[in-house]
Amino acid sequence: MSKPYLSIERLTQQFPDGQGGTMTVFENASFGIEKGEFVCILGHSGCGKSTIMNILAGLAEPTSGVVKMDGFGVSGPSLDRGVVFQNYSLLPWLSALKNVIFGVKARYPKWSRARVEEHARQYLAMVGLEGDVVHRKPSQLSGGMRQRVSIARAFANHPKLLLLDEPFGALDALTRGTIQDELLKIWGGTEQTVFMITHDIDEAILLADRILLMTNGPFARVAESVEITIPRPRDRTSIIEHPNYYAIRNHLVQFLGKRSKELSGKPSEGQDQRPETVRIDLTAKEDSQPDPDSDGAPRRLRAVND
Amino acid sequence: MPSVTLSLNQRAALLSIVMLVVGLLIWEAAIPAQKAATELTEYERLMGLGEARAGVPPPSQVIAKAWEQLSNPFYDAGPNDKGIGIQIGYSIYRVLSGYLMAALVAIPLGFLIGMSPVAYKALNPFIQVLRPISPLAWMPLALFIIQDSEASAIFVIFICSIWPMLINTAFGVAGVRADWVNVARTHELGAFRTAFTVILPAAAPTIITGMRISIGIAWLVIVAAEMLVGGTGIGYYVWNEWNNLDLTSVIFSILMIGVVGMMLDSAFGLLQRTVAYVE
Repeated sequence: MSKPYLSIERLTQQFPDGQGGTMTVFENASFGIEKGEFVCILGHSGCGKSTIMNILAGLAEPTSGVVKMDGFGVSGPSLDRGVVFQNYSLLPWLSALKNVIFGVKARYPKWSRARVEEHARQYLAMVGLEGDVVHRKPSQLSGGMRQRVSIARAFANHPKLLLLDEPFGALDALTRGTIQDELLKIWGGTEQTVFMITHDIDEAILLADRILLMTNGPFARVAESVEITIPRPRDRTSIIEHPNYYAIRNHLVQFLGKRSKELSGKPSEGQDQRPETVRIDLTAKEDSQPDPDSDGAPRRLRAVND
Repeated sequence: MPSVTLSLNQRAALLSIVMLVVGLLIWEAAIPAQKAATELTEYERLMGLGEARAGVPPPSQVIAKAWEQLSNPFYDAGPNDKGIGIQIGYSIYRVLSGYLMAALVAIPLGFLIGMSPVAYKALNPFIQVLRPISPLAWMPLALFIIQDSEASAIFVIFICSIWPMLINTAFGVAGVRADWVNVARTHELGAFRTAFTVILPAAAPTIITGMRISIGIAWLVIVAAEMLVGGTGIGYYVWNEWNNLDLTSVIFSILMIGVVGMMLDSAFGLLQRTVAYVE
């Protein structure tokens, strides 16, 4: 079997528990992400999502395990892996434009000043920031605008992998909706591979090709990989009418509400912890194999990943 | 009657002027007039009281002195008679040379201490012991080692201005938010570019605050140092006029010390505003 574009292999993170022992956040976690895929990871607080994110970004070292991108092991932060943080992480002494230029200059040090600026302006325009607004400092921008700048900075650098750490967590629901749409638009034009942490089920369904579900920690694991069988382009008002929407949503809610607890706390005992692929597709009923359970519950067609 | 509304600043300025005028009037009125020589008794004349008595001068005399001095600040009539501009020039020259040397040492060293917890812990005991030493206590040692009073005064300025800059730089650098450093890391910036494009602007307000405190202390110390080393400078001028019993000049130079100190401070205040940012 061919390796996925981004391959996380037997990743383990342990911390000292303060009493001389160790606390295992997750153990032997293994999963992959294909090129151009948009993957969201959902799970309760403390399950280690952010730790995985920091390891992928190169800002933290795992206790053991490797991350391979395009066949090469990665270590340390790199321009190939762009990060959008929840708190925007804009440099407050630079204007919005200069913040994006800061990133572009780091990525393309040989470009002329004019080219760097034009490129930065182009990406700011993609997230709807044009005109005088780009000369404002982050403190003079609303939370939504700051996150737009942060997204523009990340996309402008064309990273091989874009990591989004709860990018909309600090925004109000309406702003969040608008920026989700913008993210979808900008992502649609770039074939960018995206890995995103979120707490918002609807956001994950709207954005993702696949949702990874994590059980609670300690000994958390990526238990399931749920395919979002809703065709793109998606639209927040029309996806809820798609027959698969509530089936998928119910599955996710049920996992986070119940099974994330039931499945937690089990050491891996040296086994690879690979997520089980879950495909829920009510529209494909006619050409799927006869369904054994027909008790009205949402149909799940399961296939093991490898 | 039309009502006149003054802004807060206008009212404050008005009040300042009133306080100044009232203060000067009280001062002027409090100085007893000297008796004319003809009204003195024989005994008083024998005691030398007919001479112009050295008393605290009234503000009118100080203002007249200020006018006289400031209308020709750069005259030079020998070692003990130089214009106020020349004296202040010497003092500023000494302050700035000692201060710049201190900045050249303190800011890079503060960066190092701020970036490295080991360096911080290793240097901290030295800083804690050296910092509370009155800068003038170094003077005898400096005079002995350097063998030059001019350089010793500059050394004293150096040693007194180094600490606030060093401590503030270390504090500012250590306090740079991890998020901003992570931005530098995810953009693969090298150590030097991280230092100059992220850490320096992030820590700049704290560093400039340290520099502002330092220039204030340096200006305080130069007056005392020049009283000790003598020769030139505003501190020497004050002491020399005291020896001449010219209290008018003493009061005038005290005011000049205040004005120059204020100007140095406002220059750094301006600098502080240009590097300030809102998170």
